[in-house]
Amino acid sequence: MKKKLNKNSLNGFINYGIVIAAFIIIQIFIGKGMLSNSLQSLLVPACCYIVMAVSLNLTVGILGELSLGHAGFMSLGAFSGITASILLQNSIPMAPMRLAVSMAAGAAAGALGGVIVGVPVLRLQGDYLAIVTLAFGQIIKNIIMVLYVGVDENGFHIAASSERFDLAAGGTAIIKGPMGAVGVSKLASFTAGFVLILITLLVVQNLVNSRSGRAIMALRDNRIAAESVGINTTKYKLMAFVTSAALAGAAGALFGLNYSSTVASKFDFNTSILVLVFVVLGGLGSIRGSIIAAALLYVLPELLRSFDIAEYRMLIYAIVLILVMLATNNEQFTALMGRVGGWFKAVGGWFKAAGARVVGWLKSLGRTQSKGKGGTTNG
Amino acid sequence: MKKKNLAALLMAGAMSLSLLAGCSSNGDQTSNPPASDAGTQESQATETDNQGGGTDVVTIKVGGIGPTTGDAAQYGTATQWGAEIAVDEINAQNGPIRLELQYEDDTNSADTAVSAYNSLKDWAKDAPLVIYGCTTTAPCVAVSTETFADRYFQLTPSASSPEVTNGKDNVFQMCFTDPGQGTAAAEYLKSSGLGTKIGVIYNNGDPYSTGIAEAFIAHAKELGLEVAATSTYPEDTTTDYTVQLNACKDAGADLVFLPIYYTPASLILAQAKQMDYAPIFFGGDGMDGMLDMDGFDKSLAEGLLLMTPFNASGTDERTKKFVETYQTGHGILPNQFAADGYDCMYAIYEACCQIDGIADMDHEQLCDALSALFTGGDFSVDGLTGSAMKWLTTGEVSKAPVVVKVEGGVYVTQ
Repeated sequence: MKKKLNKNSLNGFINYGIVIAAFIIIQIFIGKGMLSNSLQSLLVPACCYIVMAVSLNLTVGILGELSLGHAGFMSLGAFSGITASILLQNSIPMAPMRLAVSMAAGAAAGALGGVIVGVPVLRLQGDYLAIVTLAFGQIIKNIIMVLYVGVDENGFHIAASSERFDLAAGGTAIIKGPMGAVGVSKLASFTAGFVLILITLLVVQNLVNSRSGRAIMALRDNRIAAESVGINTTKYKLMAFVTSAALAGAAGALFGLNYSSTVASKFDFNTSILVLVFVVLGGLGSIRGSIIAAALLYVLPELLRSFDIAEYRMLIYAIVLILVMLATNNEQFTALMGRVGGWFKAVGGWFKAAGARVVGWLKSLGRTQSKGKGGTTNG
Repeated sequence: MKKKNLAALLMAGAMSLSLLAGCSSNGDQTSNPPASDAGTQESQATETDNQGGGTDVVTIKVGGIGPTTGDAAQYGTATQWGAEIAVDEINAQNGPIRLELQYEDDTNSADTAVSAYNSLKDWAKDAPLVIYGCTTTAPCVAVSTETFADRYFQLTPSASSPEVTNGKDNVFQMCFTDPGQGTAAAEYLKSSGLGTKIGVIYNNGDPYSTGIAEAFIAHAKELGLEVAATSTYPEDTTTDYTVQLNACKDAGADLVFLPIYYTPASLILAQAKQMDYAPIFFGGDGMDGMLDMDGFDKSLAEGLLLMTPFNASGTDERTKKFVETYQTGHGILPNQFAADGYDCMYAIYEACCQIDGIADMDHEQLCDALSALFTGGDFSVDGLTGSAMKWLTTGEVSKAPVVVKVEGGVYVTQ
């Protein structure tokens, strides 16, 4: 039992290691000016999509419920984060602090959305959650599209049409219906994205490895059996779902604050499916898989621009998705990968043995040297 | 079963490989290096005698951004193709300035547009770069903030919201602004006396449509026109407009203003006919292109009024030549997006020709010089979408909107 737990936490530490190593390597590349403008502009959105994918994996892979409205939570987070950042412009002048507060506001909005959708729906079974989350995503999109939000000296204004939206002369309009939020000051940074990924990993991995996490996975594997041993279905489902929604809200806030304008139609069904594709291709339930799949698949269509095949890049992107889907489901391919993995393990084992031998040799060398030294002083 | 899977995998792999192989041969289509036109240039260049005299030819890199894939692809490809025709013509003139156009896809989304802009910066490296785009409003607002901060000159063919240019001295528009178009439409209706009761149907999920509609309704009220019904729909992919049409019909509207794109408008015309509702339909420049839609019954558009800066059946030499080149190249009639794109290239070219010492400028100096020229008041461009077009300090273009009526399948200027 103890050994098993160690393996889980080791897996978690490897994930942190990968993320930290990637961050350091990218920072070195930036420092040396070796990273092109286009790749640098992808860093923050890639971080957002990684967080989106890891958080959706909590719902789809670990809780085992299909959610098709993850972009809805991202949208809630983005617009509430933007609103918070503009409202707090004067009270918190320090940009990183304001970003952190805005992301917290985004997470809170996402969590609230998660509770509103989750409480009635998670009591149901089967495909209902998929349908309701799909509808939720569309509803959020349509509401924000007609929403006018602004602030002036009389306070905070919200209206559902431009006629009813009367802002005093010196006021700032934050969200302008179909125009979305414009004139946002860009606060997001790659470091913030990196920290958000670490927080996400910390939250998700600790939840998964906790007592609650085991209850959640028990629900996924066999609901009836889990209920029969007294696991509160709604409570644990809601726990996973709301955590996932809150993280998506934080990612949305970071995403919204990375661009000067954000429209609600960005967070549509396609975006939800895109994140789901990252999760499925990375492997359901595999957090590391989600991170790698989201990072690679988000950057891929932009990388394809730099080749001579720019006209076909969306087509190639689709074919790559199909190839990955086929490859990961192909037994021969997985067997091959297993063999490659085994080979790596064998090489690793050889290195380990060689390393031990070298260490042993150095130790023995050290011993003889110190012995020799001792000998001379004595003499 | 297993073998079948492996075969499918191999097939897909082979498919993508053949695609890669096939693309490399025609991958240069988007860029127009002046060298490839050398042959045609020499045959056409009769008036330029100083060809061998060692005059420096300056190549200005133009980075275009617009949706060439996705829902809005028709607008992005139109601005791309229109600009390509202009670039070919300009480079064939053998003048002191050559343009090199690279067009990037933004899939009509703000984040992709910003990455597209950044990859254009990588493409230009240290050479002076001018940004041509974006085609659609939301991406353009995001990109214009970036170009404002980085100091790149930007001219958009069709992003018509005032937000695009608001507070940015480096961004200019080739098209009318949305509120400008809405006010002009209301004024036209007032002066022409058409329509006693007006219905408005617009897409409240689209900044373009909402921008025109709101300005129109506000200005119509000021002018004392009666707006009897206002109804909205959320997406251009909507297929059933009977509710909106019935709202107008029940209110007794005898003129329906449609500040929307031509795809939904064509459905509205067809559905109005089905329900025997025949008001005068009046549209904005987004209507242009409807007559050339696949399978569209042109009789439906008979009597349709629209405001467009460009008329593909125009009779002047330049329009004829443009339409002909466009049609032979792409098999369809150009719409106002293409014409705006064409004019953008000429605006950039003519402005660059007037700048002294352009050869030694970096993008920042070029941006300042071009912006100063555009707002200076003396600079004007003749194009397909207007003659003697000038720019205001706000970045808006000033050109007269033209109202045309569809008669017998062609535009007749009113």
